[in-house]
Amino acid sequence: MENAQPFPAPLVRTINLSRQYNMGASVIRAVDNVSVEIARGEFVALLGASGSGKSTLLHLLAGLDRPTSGSIEVAGRELGQLSAQELARYRRHTVGMVFQSFNLVPSMTLEENVELPMLFAEVDRQERRTRARQALERVGLAARMRHRPSEISGGEQQRASLARALVNEPVLLLADEPTGNLDSRTGEEIMSLIREFNQTLQMTVLLVTHEAPLADRFARRVLQMGDGKLIAPQVTSVASEAAQ
Amino acid sequence: MKAYDLFDLASRNLRESVLRNGLTTAGIAVGVASLLAMLSLGVGLQQLAGKRLSGSGLFDTIAVSPQRTSGRDRGGETPHDGEPRILDEAARQHIVRLPNVVDVQPEIRFLSEVRFRDRSHVVSVGGLAPSARDNEAFEKMQGTFFSSAAAREAILKNELAKQLNEGNPPAVIGQELVIRYAERRPLPPSTPADSESEDGSAAGDEDYGFTVVRREEKLRITGIIDNEPYGGMRSSSRAGVFIPTQLAEELNIMQASDVSGASRTGASGKTYASLMVRVSDPTKAQAVEDAIGKMGFRTFSILDASQGLRRFFTILDLFLGIFGSLALAVASLGIINTLVMAVLERRREIGIMKAIGASDKDVQKLFFAEAGAMGLAGGVAGVLLGHAIGAAINFGTGIYLQRHQLPPETVWAAPLWLIAAAISFAIVVSLVSGLYPARRAARLDPVQALRYE
Repeated sequence: MENAQPFPAPLVRTINLSRQYNMGASVIRAVDNVSVEIARGEFVALLGASGSGKSTLLHLLAGLDRPTSGSIEVAGRELGQLSAQELARYRRHTVGMVFQSFNLVPSMTLEENVELPMLFAEVDRQERRTRARQALERVGLAARMRHRPSEISGGEQQRASLARALVNEPVLLLADEPTGNLDSRTGEEIMSLIREFNQTLQMTVLLVTHEAPLADRFARRVLQMGDGKLIAPQVTSVASEAAQ
Repeated sequence: MKAYDLFDLASRNLRESVLRNGLTTAGIAVGVASLLAMLSLGVGLQQLAGKRLSGSGLFDTIAVSPQRTSGRDRGGETPHDGEPRILDEAARQHIVRLPNVVDVQPEIRFLSEVRFRDRSHVVSVGGLAPSARDNEAFEKMQGTFFSSAAAREAILKNELAKQLNEGNPPAVIGQELVIRYAERRPLPPSTPADSESEDGSAAGDEDYGFTVVRREEKLRITGIIDNEPYGGMRSSSRAGVFIPTQLAEELNIMQASDVSGASRTGASGKTYASLMVRVSDPTKAQAVEDAIGKMGFRTFSILDASQGLRRFFTILDLFLGIFGSLALAVASLGIINTLVMAVLERRREIGIMKAIGASDKDVQKLFFAEAGAMGLAGGVAGVLLGHAIGAAINFGTGIYLQRHQLPPETVWAAPLWLIAAAISFAIVVSLVSGLYPARRAARLDPVQALRYE
């Protein structure tokens, strides 16, 4: 706000965003008065200890949760005002999600898992096949298409879930601790893939993590949360890679 | 989500836990089978009773006779349009033209000397209309029914056939029988003036009279029956020899009633003592009876019995339906249980689907489709199972009847409408059962579901 950057309208803008839970008599402020902007094409990391409210913020941005107060605008839409049906549409087309525990449907093959979002988007069967194959090729899993999640490694599962997240070509990728269940080398690979999407597909990325080094290495900007509040937005230099 | 994708996904979900969903579906199948078996038994018994009723010929027949002219038994009350009508040819044609009337036949019965192989027997001869062929008495007849409405043919009662040919009664079929009868020959209307024409009354110019001539007719024996048609309820059915009613009319065989008809005032031409009106369906009998009553004739039918019977079967069907539905009600609890369990088990999956873009409605439809698919599969399997049960009932009844020297009967019948209704009912029950689990699944909070490990 202070000085006009040459950005067009930001992709994400929250103003005084709050999400409270009532636990009996006490009120938990999971997200407390957060105002933040994320520009198109940015790669932002959201750092914080567990219980800091970073996941709740992510769920609000994903359209899985609704704010108690404040405004949350993504790609020109005020999420708080969307109907349940419109919110489902938003999740289908505007955002892609990656989770710590992969969240693939265990009874389905990788191909079917990647096809699933397109099923809800009512994409034709033929086109679904093609696009699922392309997405899996992109993450290097073309050979594992017919496997079930239980038959492949954690790293491969996370790749498959990345393929699922990008198959509907969303503008915003939300990654919730995507390396949390992986060893460091595999985590590294996944992060590289996410960076590749950010750079080649112009996909805006919000990475939620509690690993500061990872955030520093891959994100252009790191936000820090504590007790539901944004602590200090800090811009990290690309040079931080050398610090490792 | 598109319909065929929805169905695909639902059926693959069902296949994921084959045993549980299979057992639930089997529960529905048992429910449908018991419902179908019960209702089909009701339908079968009703058809059987209906067949027996119409076969007896008692419930689709109305006897018509003229009103008594003397007001002795009815005081001053004048029946209908005031003047008693005569049951003559005009009245008969009028009745024939009433809706739902199949035929109108006079009762033919006369005493005759019949000759067979030069031996004479005095027997009573009765007339039978073509519609009598449906009567149960002819179901197990030896030989055939009359080849045409006025064929020169005769059907014998078994007792007479035994008298005619003691050694081998059936051998008389195809042989010749001579009946002797009195022909009524009308006198020409222009008879020279008798004593009565000077009266100058209303009926004066159309005098009616006849002479009687003795005649013989050769008939071919076509069949032998054991029982009296119409259960012996009509006087014409208690005879030894039966000839086509139309033949008797063509031959102008004199009836006892001709004498009384000739002596009555106002009678011009032939009159009938009574007419038998056959209607197309026992349910139509009341309407026809009312219409004939309005014409000024007395009517009689055994209607109330069939109405009571129909009421009995409606109640029987209701009870059979309730008992049959009980099993299906239990099965519907099975569906609810299975789907509620599935919602709990697939919490995470539901959360994932919502996170990647499934709407509440998509999730609801998915569980609905699973319930409906189980209903469809259970319904079809239930119909097959019900058919097997029905076949067993028919088989068992057949053996029982055979052991008691009775002819086999079909007591279990599942018409197509009942099968279609049973399957549709299974689907509807399943969908209603799926209502609550599907709503529960749709309302699941994805954030909670994904956090749950």
